[in-house]
Amino acid sequence: MAESSTHPNGIVRHRPARWPRRARMLVVSVPYLWLLVFFAVPFLIVLKISLSEPQFAQPPYAPLIEWGDDLALDIRLNLANYALLAEDRLYLVAYLNSIKIAFFSTLICLAIGYPMAYAIARANPAWRTGLLMLIILPFWTSFLIRVYAWIGILRDNGVINNLLISFGIIDQPLQMLQTDFAVYLGITYSYLPFMILPLFATLQRLDDSLLEAAADLGCPPWRTFLTVTLPLSVPGIVAGSLLVFIPAVGEFVIPALLGGPDTVMIGRVLWDEFFTNRDWPVASAVALVMALLLVLPIMLIQWLYSREQAREA
Amino acid sequence: MRRGGIGFSGIMLAIGLLFLYVPIVLLILFSFNESRLVTVWGGWSLRWYEALFSDQQMLRAAWLSIRIAAITATIAVVLGTMAGVALVRFGNFRGRFLFTGMIATPLVMPEVIIGLSMLLMFVAMDQAIGWPAGRGMLTIIIAHATFCAAYVTVVVQSRLGALDRSLEEAATDLGARPLKVFFVITLPIIAPALIAGWLLAFTLSLDDLVVASFVTGPGATTLPMLVFSSVRLGVSPQVNALGSIIVALVSIGIILATALMHRRERLRQRDEHLARAG
Repeated sequence: MAESSTHPNGIVRHRPARWPRRARMLVVSVPYLWLLVFFAVPFLIVLKISLSEPQFAQPPYAPLIEWGDDLALDIRLNLANYALLAEDRLYLVAYLNSIKIAFFSTLICLAIGYPMAYAIARANPAWRTGLLMLIILPFWTSFLIRVYAWIGILRDNGVINNLLISFGIIDQPLQMLQTDFAVYLGITYSYLPFMILPLFATLQRLDDSLLEAAADLGCPPWRTFLTVTLPLSVPGIVAGSLLVFIPAVGEFVIPALLGGPDTVMIGRVLWDEFFTNRDWPVASAVALVMALLLVLPIMLIQWLYSREQAREA
Repeated sequence: MRRGGIGFSGIMLAIGLLFLYVPIVLLILFSFNESRLVTVWGGWSLRWYEALFSDQQMLRAAWLSIRIAAITATIAVVLGTMAGVALVRFGNFRGRFLFTGMIATPLVMPEVIIGLSMLLMFVAMDQAIGWPAGRGMLTIIIAHATFCAAYVTVVVQSRLGALDRSLEEAATDLGARPLKVFFVITLPIIAPALIAGWLLAFTLSLDDLVVASFVTGPGATTLPMLVFSSVRLGVSPQVNALGSIIVALVSIGIILATALMHRRERLRQRDEHLARAG
């Protein structure tokens, strides 16, 4: 019995003893090794292949490390793939465009999701479970098919155009599919639940007495919202925004199905580089730069957050 | 939070829910459409469901996807439960920092990066040790189980963290050894979280297009891959029927799960009441 605790009523209860050493080792090491081999090591392999030369072979890249003729270790680092990313404007445009689309989609999700989460948090508890279920339910249905559903709505002879034409508002169908608009719509639609859930979690924990105190002191509701509710919900805003922004930057399905030929996003570029051009080294370089672009802001936010907490303490 | 009238946020909630559900309702509606033109109404019909169920290629892909999802979910629950227990119960073990990083990263990493890195790893392993020979169902399962395990870990971790430990303490006082306490007391209590994690992993695997496309080999075409290629060629009304079936199954599943949870909760409250009274 390693630990014991005294309950408020004075009864001494014992924490279960630590697990046997071997059992602990087993429980930690199985998932640890699995993730190490199948998740962490692959990133090192991506790094390795991004530094190798493409060649027509199976697999289509040249070995990085070879035993040379004179039995000397021959290491060829090839930075040409990264140079290509810097030189060819396609990649720069694709990265910037992805960040732009993801950023504005995140803002739209926040603008729609915040009032929705707020309304659910304020709703009658009897209704709350049902409302939350309605938010979560689309997430359990197929993502691909929900994106596909928008094709039928946005097409030239789709639901919206048919309605507008039959009401005589327009004569010619509006081109909505294969535009940036459709991509924004698709991302907002698909990722909205990821914004609402963390926002709801923080808004629900909000202490009523703070709002009542503000009201008692004569603070108008809009000011209470701006000075109390909004600052206290920042953790939810940050969490929800990251959950939308990061996957949206690398999104492939939505730009591929709803976007036009000039909607270049980096996930789609990587896909084409790999499946169409069969250039594995360049695809690897694209992936690594994308991963770095996403990891750096997260680390920055975590650093700011921990500094903030340290200052408060 | 304070409860009040409907107001601006209530209206936004209604509009937002409409936004989430109108496409799904339209999808279901048009799956019963007689007309081949997906968005022109031609009368009620079940022809697309008939077409779907006589499409051998679609059925084969669906069966493959279901098998992959079931095996993936099972592996992910085992790995995720172990990882969750390690993170909540084992304190600061060596390498914990890297471990939490490896759990958190798959949750946000874009799928194209996960897919590409897994494929390159499978190719490198095949070259180095001859396993896994070739790619197909096995490589999809390994790739899916890896990122699904991260999701299960989060579910198990939050359940274990919120667990009231008094039952475990009571069992310890009565002389149960730690492992017995875990299997007889803890595991049954967190069982709902394990079921939720299994269902989550099953759905994620069943729905995945990108990672599977990277790591698959000849002959292993999953349902999302088939749907994606047929949608790219043009809108096909069969996909409406397939989508409607998925929505129906998911809704029934979620409603059943919620009803069961309510029932369990009621029974538990009744038992507690009886225990207090007796």
